[in-house]
Amino acid sequence: MNGLHLWLIPILPLAGFLLNGLLGHRLPKALVSTNALLFTAAPFLLVLHVYTSFSALSLPYIERHSAWIATSAFHADFAFALDQLTLVMLLIVTGVGFLIHVYSVGYMAHEEGYWRFFAYLNLFMFFMLTLVLAENFLLMFVGWEGVGLASYLLIGFYFKKHSAVRAGIKAFVVNRIGDFGFLLAMFLLIIHFGTLSFSEVTSQIAQHPDWHGGVLTAIALLLVLGATGKSAQIPLYIWLPDAMEGPTPVSALIHAATMVTAGVYMVVRTHALFDRAPLALTVVAVIGAATAFFAATVGIVQTDIKRVLAYSTISQLGYMFLACGAAAYSAAIFHLLTHAFFKALLFLAAGSVIHAVGGEQDMRLMGGLRRYIPVTFWTMTMAVFAISGFPPFAGFFSKDEILAEVFRSPNGGPLLWTVGVVTAAITSFYMFRLWYLTFFGRLRLPSEAAAPHGAPPAALDDQLVATAHSIDGHPAQAHGIHESPWSMLLPLVLLAFLSFTGGWIGIPHALGGSDRFAHFLDPVTHGTGVPASFEQVSIAMRTGAPIPTTEPPTKPEDPQTERVLTGCSVLAALLGWLLADTLYRRKPQLPARMAASSRMLYGLVLNKYWIDEVYAFLVVKPILVISRYILWGGFDRGVVGGGNRVLAGAAQGAGSVLRRIQSGNIRSYAGWLAIGAAAILLLSFFGFGTHIHMGVR
Amino acid sequence: MFVPIAYYLVLSAILFTIGVAAFLIKRNIITVFMSIELMLNAVNLTFVAFAHQWHQVSGQIFVFFVMVVAAAEAAVGLAIIIAIFRARSTLNVDQVNLMKL
Repeated sequence: MNGLHLWLIPILPLAGFLLNGLLGHRLPKALVSTNALLFTAAPFLLVLHVYTSFSALSLPYIERHSAWIATSAFHADFAFALDQLTLVMLLIVTGVGFLIHVYSVGYMAHEEGYWRFFAYLNLFMFFMLTLVLAENFLLMFVGWEGVGLASYLLIGFYFKKHSAVRAGIKAFVVNRIGDFGFLLAMFLLIIHFGTLSFSEVTSQIAQHPDWHGGVLTAIALLLVLGATGKSAQIPLYIWLPDAMEGPTPVSALIHAATMVTAGVYMVVRTHALFDRAPLALTVVAVIGAATAFFAATVGIVQTDIKRVLAYSTISQLGYMFLACGAAAYSAAIFHLLTHAFFKALLFLAAGSVIHAVGGEQDMRLMGGLRRYIPVTFWTMTMAVFAISGFPPFAGFFSKDEILAEVFRSPNGGPLLWTVGVVTAAITSFYMFRLWYLTFFGRLRLPSEAAAPHGAPPAALDDQLVATAHSIDGHPAQAHGIHESPWSMLLPLVLLAFLSFTGGWIGIPHALGGSDRFAHFLDPVTHGTGVPASFEQVSIAMRTGAPIPTTEPPTKPEDPQTERVLTGCSVLAALLGWLLADTLYRRKPQLPARMAASSRMLYGLVLNKYWIDEVYAFLVVKPILVISRYILWGGFDRGVVGGGNRVLAGAAQGAGSVLRRIQSGNIRSYAGWLAIGAAAILLLSFFGFGTHIHMGVR
Repeated sequence: MFVPIAYYLVLSAILFTIGVAAFLIKRNIITVFMSIELMLNAVNLTFVAFAHQWHQVSGQIFVFFVMVVAAAEAAVGLAIIIAIFRARSTLNVDQVNLMKL
């Protein structure tokens, strides 16, 4: 059993980061990418090895390496843990991560700072794998902060572009707000549990079936704050759309497939706490549903292809939160898995589209591209059908499971289910809108923007110019639009395959499957005494009755209801598709007229409900004013600076007086000496207070 | 003949005061130097007087120490005076003020 060496899995990408980060600028590009791929492929192979020997392990398998903090009251170790949940996450992170590395080799081929990009990507892999493998909150927090750092570095990768730098800072600062909640939660855990180890916290909770609410709710809510920051949920989602300033593979890997799911992973990992904090679960469910719906509506009107995908990511993460809130943890992880496939694919395909049209990201200028880039078109189609929830694509099964669980959970209910279904319809609508605008109709690209050797229009920034130049060397077709190189297409095809088949591991009983995925995760997601609903607990508290510590979840299997629910969600997806088909294929002039007729609503949604502006006014402005006029102007310059100036002035004044004693005249020194001696003598004779003993017995 | 110790001490105090005054007033380094010797000898006189008074030898031994130190100091001091004179062609202490601000 000692042969697993889990520590190698995160350490290998770190080695790749060090190699490329320290020496990369001297190495040729081929060597840099070989390094990066090698140090990402190796962990993937290791994870596959773990997977093959998984059934022989006694779970959870914990590897302790050394003590980190060891005091009498509290200790934390460098320890890695492996269980079913970790394995799923490891497979996603290393598998999808490797594919995106392969894609990046082609996508970034003509960029400046090639080595820097791959070094950061490997650094991200290191921290993400640490986060997933960590056995305690503290080590998880290291990974948690680290992925934030890697995200910051990669969003600001084009650091000459002002907007990219601002987006990076925004992401980092917003994440810090969430991290603050995570930190406070850890402090509370130390106080009340005396440990940060996941397994110890879980077992302590299992031993005390009477623990409910109270501190557990506080801890859970603080953890939720951390999760909303990392997973881009209301109220801390605002950084994710701006994060699209980073290169597209980064958006695919970090801001869609892996890092942003860390919040969901954390909630599932600590679900023992949440199970006993029904209020926190309700909050999670409401946040999830609200975010899903809200982000989907914004996605309808966005014109930047990557921003549509960004809002759809926020929306899908909302689904995962909704599932967590309904205590359907395996459904959340299932959706996390399928989402990683199809959202990574969507972003990579979008990158391929952007690559093809010479860096243009505005969908209004695309159209008819299916003739020019057929592989991208077909893979993108897979992803669109998957995210919209059409059977038998992957997204269908996971989304369906979430909706079914929400419907029957005491924390969910028909209302949240309705929000979920409506969101599903909207999702389907805006994804097909993207699909039609990009691939159908006629090409609306202004000819000079796509001409390979033409002068780049002023609107195109550095990044776009760089990509535009990368068209060189490929056979120029109409408008210079061309399919991407094989290193970009291969990951697309593989991910398309996964987006198609990935859901089949979790086909529910109601549809004739065996729900293997949920059974696989069951040892981890199994309740430790069950979510009694918030109402039940509060009623029990008011009446003084014993709080209902309910039995483990016996999922009331009702295939009939579930099939009806499934029908509803498929119907919603179809509805969205038909609407998009009507508006963007058959009557393409209609959307503009609708926008004009409901100008208020359209403007509201187009400007993302003015949330950025509201935050700027309510949060950022006051902080800036307080910082500038009170903290900096008042305290820093007044108290700290003024105090320093007073001290310095006093020292200088005293010095300028006292330096006159140092006349350089020997006789004046002798005079001071004599006066001093006389003073000491006088003191010793008529001494006040301290007597100077002259040595006379 | 018995001389009270107060006489010795008064003489010593007078000698010491003359030494201090000369040290402060005179400008010639050699004279300054000599006034230091005067102060040392005033102290020596006090030591000897008390040694005689209390019939103890330690005061006399101290005098020898003072004399040894004074001799060493004279050797070093005279060497410094010669060096200063060579460098600046003057023995006026007021003009030896390179260390002044």
